Amino acid sequence: MTEQTSPAHPKAHAAPGQAQSPHAPSPLDIAARAAHRDQPAAPSPAAAPVPAAAAPDKQDKKAKAKVTGAQALVLALEKVGVEVVFGIPGGAVLPAYDPLYDSEVIRHILVRHEQGAGHAATGYAQATGRVGVCMATSGPGATNLVTPLADAYMDSVPVVAITGQVPSSLIGTDGFQEADISGITLPVTKHNFLVTKPEDIARTIGEAFHLASTGRPGPVLVDIAKDALQAMTEFTWPIPFELPGYHPVTRPHSRQVREAARMITEARRPVLYVGGGVIKADASAELRQLAELTGAPVVTTLMARGAFPDSHPQHLGMPGMHGAVAAVGALQKADLLVALGARFDDRVTGKLDSFAPEARIVHADIDPAEISKNRRADVPIVGDCKEVIAELIAAIQAEHARGSVGEHADWWVQLNAWRQKYPLGYDEPEDGSLSPQYVIERIGKLVGPDGVYVAGVGQHQMWAAQFIGYENPKTWLNSGGAGTMGYSVPAAMGAKVALPEVQVWAIDGDGCFQMTNQELATCAIESIPVKVAIINNGNLGMVRQWQTLFYDKRYSNTNLGDKKAEVAGTRIPDFVKLAEAYGCIGLRCEAKDDVDDIIEQAMAINDQPVVIDFIVHADAMVWPMVAAGTSNDDIKVARDLAPDWDGSME
Amino acid sequence: MTMHTLSVLVENKPGVLVRIAGLFARRGFNIDSLAVGPTEHEEISRMTIVVNCEEHPLEQVTKQLNKLINVLKIVELESSQAVQRELILVKVRADSDSRGKVLETVELFRARVVDVALDAVTVEATGSHDKLDALVRVLEPFGIKELVKSGTIAVGRGGRSITDRTLRPLERSA
Repeated sequence: MTEQTSPAHPKAHAAPGQAQSPHAPSPLDIAARAAHRDQPAAPSPAAAPVPAAAAPDKQDKKAKAKVTGAQALVLALEKVGVEVVFGIPGGAVLPAYDPLYDSEVIRHILVRHEQGAGHAATGYAQATGRVGVCMATSGPGATNLVTPLADAYMDSVPVVAITGQVPSSLIGTDGFQEADISGITLPVTKHNFLVTKPEDIARTIGEAFHLASTGRPGPVLVDIAKDALQAMTEFTWPIPFELPGYHPVTRPHSRQVREAARMITEARRPVLYVGGGVIKADASAELRQLAELTGAPVVTTLMARGAFPDSHPQHLGMPGMHGAVAAVGALQKADLLVALGARFDDRVTGKLDSFAPEARIVHADIDPAEISKNRRADVPIVGDCKEVIAELIAAIQAEHARGSVGEHADWWVQLNAWRQKYPLGYDEPEDGSLSPQYVIERIGKLVGPDGVYVAGVGQHQMWAAQFIGYENPKTWLNSGGAGTMGYSVPAAMGAKVALPEVQVWAIDGDGCFQMTNQELATCAIESIPVKVAIINNGNLGMVRQWQTLFYDKRYSNTNLGDKKAEVAGTRIPDFVKLAEAYGCIGLRCEAKDDVDDIIEQAMAINDQPVVIDFIVHADAMVWPMVAAGTSNDDIKVARDLAPDWDGSME
Repeated sequence: MTMHTLSVLVENKPGVLVRIAGLFARRGFNIDSLAVGPTEHEEISRMTIVVNCEEHPLEQVTKQLNKLINVLKIVELESSQAVQRELILVKVRADSDSRGKVLETVELFRARVVDVALDAVTVEATGSHDKLDALVRVLEPFGIKELVKSGTIAVGRGGRSITDRTLRPLERSA
C-alpha cells in the first residue's frame, strides 16, 4: 500500500510556506526585541515593529540568528501563520510566554481554564478551516487540555496544542507539575511530540501544523521541556520536515471513480450520504453540482449540517438517531449510498446489520481506515472530498454522454411522501410554558443563515441541528463525535475571535453552560461579544429524556434545579446575575411573546457578550428518535408513533 | 481465525513501540507475538507482529498502523514466502538419571544445551512455532522449571529487500 502511494506523493519536504504573515519579524528582530527589553532605560522608537515588516522573507531563509528555544517557538508560530493563541501560562511554559509577550503578530488570549483554551482553538478552526492553537503549562495545565484534544480528534479538527514540560533532567522523576502528557494524549491526538532539544523546536512546530492541517485533519500536541525553551539555538526557516512515514492520499484512483459514476447513474434509489469531511475539504460547491447533476437526494449528518443548503429541494435533512424520517428512510430503502467524508457512525447507522440493507456502498474518505471499518464498501475511494467529487462529476458527465442517466422519478415520489407526512415538528407545551424548540427556531430565523451557531451537547444540540436552517458550511459548530458538554461557550469564543464581523450564537443547555461558563470573563475582558442562549430546562435534558423512555421516569440525578423552589429551570446560579458578574449583559425570557424581542435586543448589542436565560419546559423531547442499539427501521416520530413506510400512520 | 505475520518498518525513535502496542490495545486487536529490533539501517527499526484474526480485522489493523506517523511500511509475510523463527530457552529438570534422555531429545530437535547444573540443563532452540511447540511437549515430562520465548521474527525469501524502497526518502531528508 505504501509502495503504491509514495511515488505519487513524495515526502513532504517543504515547510509550509502558506499563510505567512507579511508582518512576520525576522529572528534577528526578535533577538533585538529581547535585548532591548533588558535595557529599560533606553526606550526608543526603534523598538517599533516597522523594520521587521521590511525584512523580506528571502533574507530570513538564509538568516541564522542565535535565539532561545522559546524565541524559536514564537518565530516558528509566526512563520506558520498563527494569529491567535488561546492559553494560560505556568511554571514550565513560562519561557515561551516571555517572547510571546513581544510578538507583534500573535494575539494571545488569556483564558480562565485550559479546557476553554482547547475548545476555543477548536471553534476557531471549525469556523475558518485554519489551525487553532492552544497553549498550557505542564502537569494539570496539560491534562486540562485532554478533553478538548479528544473532542477535536473525534471530529477531525486541526488543532495544535503546545505544552510546557518539566526540564528534561526531571522528566520521569515525578517532578513538580510533571505529567506524561504525550503518553496521556497518545490515543486522542493524530500525533504528538516530546521535544527536549532547542534545535528541534522550530522544525517540530512546522511538522505539527503540517500534520494537523493535511490529510484527515486532527489535533497534534507538542510538549516542550523547559530547558529546551531556555537554551540557545539557531533559527532557520523553512526547515525540511522529517516525516518519512506521512503521505496522505488526496487524489482518488480514477478507475474507482469511474466505477462509482457507473453505479450512480445506474442506481434507482441513490442517496448522497454527506459527512463532515465535505466541509473540511471545502467541497460544498462541488457537492451541490454533483447533487444537481445526478438528481439524487442528499442527507447531511450532524457534522455536515451546512455542507448543503437546507433550502435546497434535494435536501432531506439530517439522518441518524434524531434524524428526519425522510432522511432515515432514504438510507434504509436506498439501493446505493454514496458516502462522502462520512464514517458510518453508530448514531447514523443504528443497529449496523439492519442499516441500509439493500444498498451497495460507494465510500469516499481521505482516511483509508474509515473505509469498510463499519460497513463494507463495494467501491472504496481514498481521496480528498473536493477532488473526489470533482472527478465524480466529470465521470458522471461522461456516463450521461453515453446515454446512461439515472431514473429516480419513483424514488422521489416515495421520498416526497415521507417528507410531507413526517416533517420535523414539535408540540407546544400544554401549560403555556416556553417550548425550547420554538426558542431555537426563532433564533435561527432572526439571526439567519449568515450567523454561526455553536451548540453544547444534548437536547438543545439536536434541536439546533433540526430547527435552524443552515445554508453555508462552517456555520454549525458542535461536538459531534465526543459529545463534550461544555464545548459551546469556549468554542463560540474561538469562532467569534476568528470572525469578529459575524454573529456567533452559543446555543447551550443549563447543564453544559455550567461546565465552562468561566470563559465569559475572557469574552468580556478580551472584547469577544458572543451571544449565549441558555436553553434552561433545569435538567440534564437528554439524560432525562432517556430516563422517561427507558428508565420508567425514574429521574435519578438529572434535576439541576432547586427541588424545594417552585420555579422552572436552573435558578442556582441565577444566570442573569452570573452574566452580569462576568461583565456581560444578562437577559431572561419566560414567555413565548417575549422571545423575538429579547433575541432582537441581544442582536443589537455588539460591544459586550450577551447571555439570555430562556426558561423552557422540562418535558420537551427530541423526536424523531431511533433508540440506541435498535434498527433505523424502528424510528419513532413521537412516543409510540412509528412511521408506516408504505403509507398510513400505524 | 488465522495467524498473520506483519513486518512493520518504523522510525527508530523513542515511544514508537508504545504507539503500536497502544493501538492494538485500544482497537481491541490481539497480538500473538511481537519482536522489535534494529535493522541494517540505524534510523529504521523492524517489528515483527503476529496477529490471530480474520481478513477483515487484519485490513483494519494494517490501515490503522499505517496511520501512525512513525510507521514507514507494513508488509504481510505469507508463511510459504518467508522464513519465520522463534527462539526459546528452557530450563529442564535433569538429574544424573534423566540427563541422558533429556540430551537425546535435545539432539533429536537439533537444539543445544547452553547451561548445565546438577539438577537441570538449559536448552536453547530456534525454529518455527510448531517445531518449538513439539520440543516443549517432549520435554514437559522431565519437568520444565522455566521457559522463555522470543516473539517470531521473519524475513521474506529471495533476494529482494523490503527496506530498500523505504529508505530512499529517509536518506533524502537527512
